[in-house]
Amino acid sequence: MSHVSRRKILVGALAAGALARPAIAQGAPLKIGLMLPFSGTFAGLGENIAAAFELCLAENGGKFGGRAVTIVRLDDESDPSKAPANANRLVGRDNVDALVGTVHSGVVMALVQAAREKEIPLVIPNAGNVAATRDLCSPSVFRSSFSNWQPAYGMGKVLAAKGVKKAAWVTWDYAAGKESAEGFRDGLKSGGAELTHVLTVPFPETNFQPILAQIAGLGVEAVGSFFAGGGAIQFVKDYAAAGLRDKIPLCGSGFLTEGVLKPQGAAAEGIQTALHYGDGLDNAKNKWFREAFTKATTRQADVYAVQGYDAGQILAAGLAATKGDASAIKALAAGILATKIDSPRGAFTLSASHNPIQTIWLREARNGENKVIGPAAEALADPGTGCKMAV
Amino acid sequence: MIGASRRGNLLLALAGLAVASMPLWTGAYHMQLASTALIAAMFALSLQLLVGGAGLVSLAHAGFFGLGAYTVYLLGPVSVLLSLPVAALTAAVAALGIGALSLRTTGFFFLMTTLAFGQMLFFLFHDTPLGGGLDGVFIQRPDLIWVVSKAQRPAVFLLLNLAVLAAMYAGLWLLMRTLFGHALLGIKANEHRMRAMGHDVQRLKLAAFVLAGALAGVAGHMAALTDAFVSPDLLGWHRSAEALLMILLGGIGALHGPILGAVALTLLEEFSPLITERQRLVEGLVILAAVLLLRRGLAGIAR
Amino acid sequence: MTTFLAQLLNGLQYGLLLFLIGSGLTLIFGVMGVINLAHGSLFMIGAYLAYVVAGYTGTFWLALPAAIAGGLLFGTFLEAALFRRFRDREHLDQVLLTFALILIFEEARSILIDNQFHSVAVPALLDFSVPIVGGFAYSAYRLAVLAVCLAVAALMLLFVERTNIGASIRAAAENPEMVGLLGVDARRIHMLVFAAGTALAMLAGALAAPLQSVYPGMGDGFLILSFIVVVIGGLGSIGGAFWAALLVGMVDTLGKAYVPQLAGIAVCGMMALVLLVRPAGLFARG
Repeated sequence: MSHVSRRKILVGALAAGALARPAIAQGAPLKIGLMLPFSGTFAGLGENIAAAFELCLAENGGKFGGRAVTIVRLDDESDPSKAPANANRLVGRDNVDALVGTVHSGVVMALVQAAREKEIPLVIPNAGNVAATRDLCSPSVFRSSFSNWQPAYGMGKVLAAKGVKKAAWVTWDYAAGKESAEGFRDGLKSGGAELTHVLTVPFPETNFQPILAQIAGLGVEAVGSFFAGGGAIQFVKDYAAAGLRDKIPLCGSGFLTEGVLKPQGAAAEGIQTALHYGDGLDNAKNKWFREAFTKATTRQADVYAVQGYDAGQILAAGLAATKGDASAIKALAAGILATKIDSPRGAFTLSASHNPIQTIWLREARNGENKVIGPAAEALADPGTGCKMAV
Repeated sequence: MIGASRRGNLLLALAGLAVASMPLWTGAYHMQLASTALIAAMFALSLQLLVGGAGLVSLAHAGFFGLGAYTVYLLGPVSVLLSLPVAALTAAVAALGIGALSLRTTGFFFLMTTLAFGQMLFFLFHDTPLGGGLDGVFIQRPDLIWVVSKAQRPAVFLLLNLAVLAAMYAGLWLLMRTLFGHALLGIKANEHRMRAMGHDVQRLKLAAFVLAGALAGVAGHMAALTDAFVSPDLLGWHRSAEALLMILLGGIGALHGPILGAVALTLLEEFSPLITERQRLVEGLVILAAVLLLRRGLAGIAR
Repeated sequence: MTTFLAQLLNGLQYGLLLFLIGSGLTLIFGVMGVINLAHGSLFMIGAYLAYVVAGYTGTFWLALPAAIAGGLLFGTFLEAALFRRFRDREHLDQVLLTFALILIFEEARSILIDNQFHSVAVPALLDFSVPIVGGFAYSAYRLAVLAVCLAVAALMLLFVERTNIGASIRAAAENPEMVGLLGVDARRIHMLVFAAGTALAMLAGALAAPLQSVYPGMGDGFLILSFIVVVIGGLGSIGGAFWAALLVGMVDTLGKAYVPQLAGIAVCGMMALVLLVRPAGLFARG
């Protein structure tokens, strides 16, 4: 019953909006609810998403679709059991017009539920559960990040192309890990290779010894994995310490080495991962974005910042089509689908099930950096299986 | 443990009426908040039968609450007339098994074993595919007897939760006046004496454990019905500790204490984030204050 | 078969770490009669202390004495300021007060450090791997932890079985009322036991920091497991806690390796079995 979230109201009438002339078309400002983790393990991710979203808003003069925007921040603590109540705080108490959130894949389902029931637009800036853009897809739900299936598919495809025939997948026993395993399996299959074992560890256990002892005897040529944050640090280190690194190459979804290369140290050297972004991507938009983000926050931009920024771009595109009316879902969705989002990861469009159709990049950990080697899978769309949308 | 005085019961009834009238003067959000408080009150009240009644401090209680909630998910959309008794029965059966084992121990061992058994139930839903995974699942609500529209839901659930809580309170109030109730209080006061007098102490305790578990299952069922969402966190031992806090906060010696405690804690949880984001600190300090200063709880202040 | 041998080694190492946590808990329960739900948090504090000390001084070796000294000091403080007063309180009060400590410790950790995962580097001297069986290697540090835990266990058993203070502690654990009659200063025994228990939990945390990273709530799982160790080993029995810890470590490790979804349930189920057969604990005397 404890620790409810802090609530911060930020009047997002940044820069231009501050000197607001009497509003033109629709009087009241547009209220956008940002439900993100601002405390707990994922706090850093939430802060970067929020900061980049605000950067996008500022770039648009504090307005989306011609309407001044007010941002309501709410800390979801990455706690699924409090998610329905937290979503209700934004929708029922604060009466927001649109939602952006969140990082944790358990928490995001409460937002999807709220967006479907109340028919207000939701942009998911991280959580990759496939359901949100498959069987639970909805005209009002959009994603600026990825589906768990996508990066792992890219990794599997690359391995198969290299001639690997048998591979195993290691992950925490939760939705993101298992959905990644399916992507990895499909990627391997596309090149005639096979996923022979899926090993799981109860979340958030970091005692990987029982699993590592199993791996040595599996007879696979490569091991893919999905871990993030502290689990990723520890797994990569333990994998090397168990003497497996030189025998069976480790690879994975990009999160295995994302933002954790420094503590992983030499153990991570040479690990290949696949993700829809890489810090060093060589395009003009990325260069501009990384500079602007650092200027605004004094932090380095990362994949989460990119997803937050693009969440802003997606909402901006939709609201431009409806002249700031967030309740006109049909026109809003049409506007978004028709727009090419100019992202730092490279331009992308949304699929019919509202998930990015994007290039998955192959990266390799070298000297504390995830160097982009090249595309692992180009213009990759999530299968979107089971999505039946009326629009 | 004593029920409220005549005047106290009158005040409780008046408060109930005020809650029942909420649909007339407030919006959906605050009705949902009130439902949250009512469900917390049911849960704490069911535990009070053990703590205040028989002097048993159990940390497995959230497990029974969660079992009741997950029963709704596992049954799928059936009539509430079926899901409610099944939820109570499932929780009761689990309480029978766990109680029969844990009650072989006493004192610290009882605490530790209930803690471990509660966590066993937690792991059952956290680690296995039985309950749809550790992130929790949205569920299809059981059918009420009549069709309820989306707009009517908050008011209907509020009244339903109020009715269940009132029935639970009245039932326990009466129960504590029976021979069974007196025997429980006797065990709490002096177990050896009760045994010497020829009471089957073990059986009485087990009966209380099972009944409390079933009532926790009812509370869990109402939570699933109201929120249409269940997650393994419902079963974690922290929830049991929070229910114990509600009991202590409300007043250990009073049957209506848990209701006061649940309302106080729900309000604290809703409004303290407006002042500070350090929620655990707030809760920790409230507990320290309650244990060290407020020895007879909120109910004791009124006395 | 070779894999299974490796798993047995894993179970042994995990069990020995569990012993460090569970032995302190069983003594505190047995001697003082106080339930301490915050014992898992002490493990976490030890791990974070190691992270901070290793970060500031640049050497992990200082983290171990720091955890022991810090544990003795912190334990003495907690005993004098709080736990001494809890002894005569009801279980409900003890449960809630130590639950409050969990919340306050977590928040303090959040304020003083942060909410992130942190990796603690393995000391350079031990940063190499030793081949064990069938292509599976063990880091030298992990083997060192195993040896340290064994040494601590041996020291504790010697201390409790062979010294005068140890005899008083055993007497206190078996019959708390006796202590006063024996003319031993019960207050000093309590303070010693609580400080030692705290130091053991914090030492375990410090040892575990390079093995599993430090992160919020890292002690939660250990709390439950160490409770089970106390129940199976029998209240207040160091020898019982030793064998029980090895058993729990083994079952947990083999469970995680072969039936990962049932590992948590298996350990609790084993405790249920023990309660059914011997409610006073599998390794309890008499």
